[in-house]
Amino acid sequence: MTRRNLLKLASAAMAALAATSMGAHAQSGDIKIGSVLSVTGPAAFLGDPELKTLQLYVERINAAGGVLGRKLALVHYDDGSDANKANGFAKRLIESDNVDLFIGGTTTGSTMAMVPLVEKAGVPFISLAGGVIVVEPVKKWVFKTPHTDRMAAEKVFTDMNKRGLKKVALLSETSGFGQSGRKETLAVAAKHGIDIVADETYGPKDADMTAQLTKIKGVSDVQAVLVFGLGQGPAVVTKNYAQLGIKLPLYQSHGVASDEYIKLAGKAAEGVRLPAPSLLVADSLPANDPQKPVVTSYRKVYTDKYKEDVSLFGGAALDALMISVEAIKKAGSTDKAKVRDAIEATKGFIGTGGIVNMSATDHMGLDLSAFHMLQIKNGEFTLAQ
Amino acid sequence: MTAQFLQFLFSGITIGATYALAALGFSIIYNASGVINFAQGEFIMLGGMAAALLAAQGVPLPLAIGIAVVGAAVGGLLVEKLAIEPAKNAEVVTLIIITIGASLFIRGLVQVTVGKGTHALPSFSGDKPLEVLGATLLPQSLWVLGVTLVIVAVLAWFFTRTLHGKAMLATSHNKLAAQLVGINTKAILLVSFGLSAALGALGGILVAPITNTSYDIGIMLGLKGFVAATLGGLGSGTGAIVGGLLLGVVEAMTAGYISSSYKDAVPFVLILVVLFFMPRGLFGAKLTERV
Repeated sequence: MTRRNLLKLASAAMAALAATSMGAHAQSGDIKIGSVLSVTGPAAFLGDPELKTLQLYVERINAAGGVLGRKLALVHYDDGSDANKANGFAKRLIESDNVDLFIGGTTTGSTMAMVPLVEKAGVPFISLAGGVIVVEPVKKWVFKTPHTDRMAAEKVFTDMNKRGLKKVALLSETSGFGQSGRKETLAVAAKHGIDIVADETYGPKDADMTAQLTKIKGVSDVQAVLVFGLGQGPAVVTKNYAQLGIKLPLYQSHGVASDEYIKLAGKAAEGVRLPAPSLLVADSLPANDPQKPVVTSYRKVYTDKYKEDVSLFGGAALDALMISVEAIKKAGSTDKAKVRDAIEATKGFIGTGGIVNMSATDHMGLDLSAFHMLQIKNGEFTLAQ
Repeated sequence: MTAQFLQFLFSGITIGATYALAALGFSIIYNASGVINFAQGEFIMLGGMAAALLAAQGVPLPLAIGIAVVGAAVGGLLVEKLAIEPAKNAEVVTLIIITIGASLFIRGLVQVTVGKGTHALPSFSGDKPLEVLGATLLPQSLWVLGVTLVIVAVLAWFFTRTLHGKAMLATSHNKLAAQLVGINTKAILLVSFGLSAALGALGGILVAPITNTSYDIGIMLGLKGFVAATLGGLGSGTGAIVGGLLLGVVEAMTAGYISSSYKDAVPFVLILVVLFFMPRGLFGAKLTERV
């Protein structure tokens, strides 16, 4: 056999092999769910519980027989909190992994880096990022499950109005979350009759924010302080707030809605108010709350497996997965256009983040009722009165 | 007005003292080898993390601190033995790159074994702030500042009055000449890594009640510490302290009087200006390179 023949034979064999494997996939193979999450890097505390939740629930769904008689397969990439990498992985998921559906984009930055690719390829995509920009303007293939920063700001302002607080100092983090929060807060303040009298920032890794708070303290007519940040920064702010003996009501965003915040800020966190979904107050929800069974079950399943508390971020991943599963069932296949239409038609879906009613103009489907106003009392999140 | 100024000053001193502690660690290894050890931030992290985890397990605080410092020192010795020593004849630049590798390794190890959560360490003497002329200061800040000053005094004595300290300095100036007069330069380098790791760990423990601690806290502290050390003059103990405090105070004053958005930019401009006129930093030795 000549070398040329050998080559021909080899390439023919490879082509045949490729064809059969592709064919097998398209017929009866697993339902491939792609995900690109920020499991390491600065946004790791968001991405880590998201991935753990996806892995846990994919396993559970498969153990219960899968979807449409097919097993789910999770194809996961970690973008390391880097939007550039997210874009590369999205390409790989679409072009070489041929996923049926795509969950991910932990951060708004990563999500927006992937949006043009999924829009072009036409793959249903559910983002786990908070930014309004993900679903406004509406993009055909893009959905999201977490609340937006704007909703958090509006919920806080509603509560402030109820208590007669009009002059508010804003302290935001220079991270993507904090800056998006700052933008949305400034955008909706006037609508609620709130006057932002101070606008300060801090870095996500800063060790001391007393300078900014002293400046805020020096503004004569300020009535309340709103902090927009994630993770450990807001905990330091809270400690500094107590250190300086500032007596004004302190509001935080949903970015601190985890037990870790209370643990880190300690006694200083007493009395802090924040907007948060039902997941964090599962135990104090009234028995007839429609979300109660969903959030208590997720809490139990997740905590039993990983021995750590649930967070909103993991909850958002669960909602994305369950909405996808429902949509695939309703569509009766993994046909991308049909699944997309089914996701858009999601109505009355009870998730950890609230009751989801999507439409052609609303690809998130949550309203302000999804948020509860919480207050920290005796080291616990409780429903604010 | 005075109260406000004082508050900015205290804020700056608190942050500055943490930078100064980080800067000291850079100076020791630089003195012994001319190497800038970019794993210094990880030693700071190791100290804080170990103490916080032990304290959370119910180990009494002084014991937890002791174990954390010794543990980090052993870590420093291991880094030198396993990463630096095998490349002993390499260029300084190569050694610096090795320390970057070591820092990634240590951070990754902690991330995988301990996790990515943030941990808190209780303050040494309560959280009740001290009031001075209307401004408030946390007792922990005094701890940081006090211990930093003690460390500088001890180091100054060590480097100028003891044979071992002088041997370390001699090694950094000229390794070959130091060897010829009978100094065990290999041991010196080893000791310097252990010492700076222990110091870094102590710093990490002192600042943990203020900043909290997590696997990646060494990046920020290491970077700012390096900047402080460069600003003050690499290798100078006084320089490290002055550089650290200056950096912290400028940051706080910028945040207070100009805008918190420029907080990180102004100090870097300051550093550019200082290094432009004084390339060896404020207290750096006036060295002349022989060609």
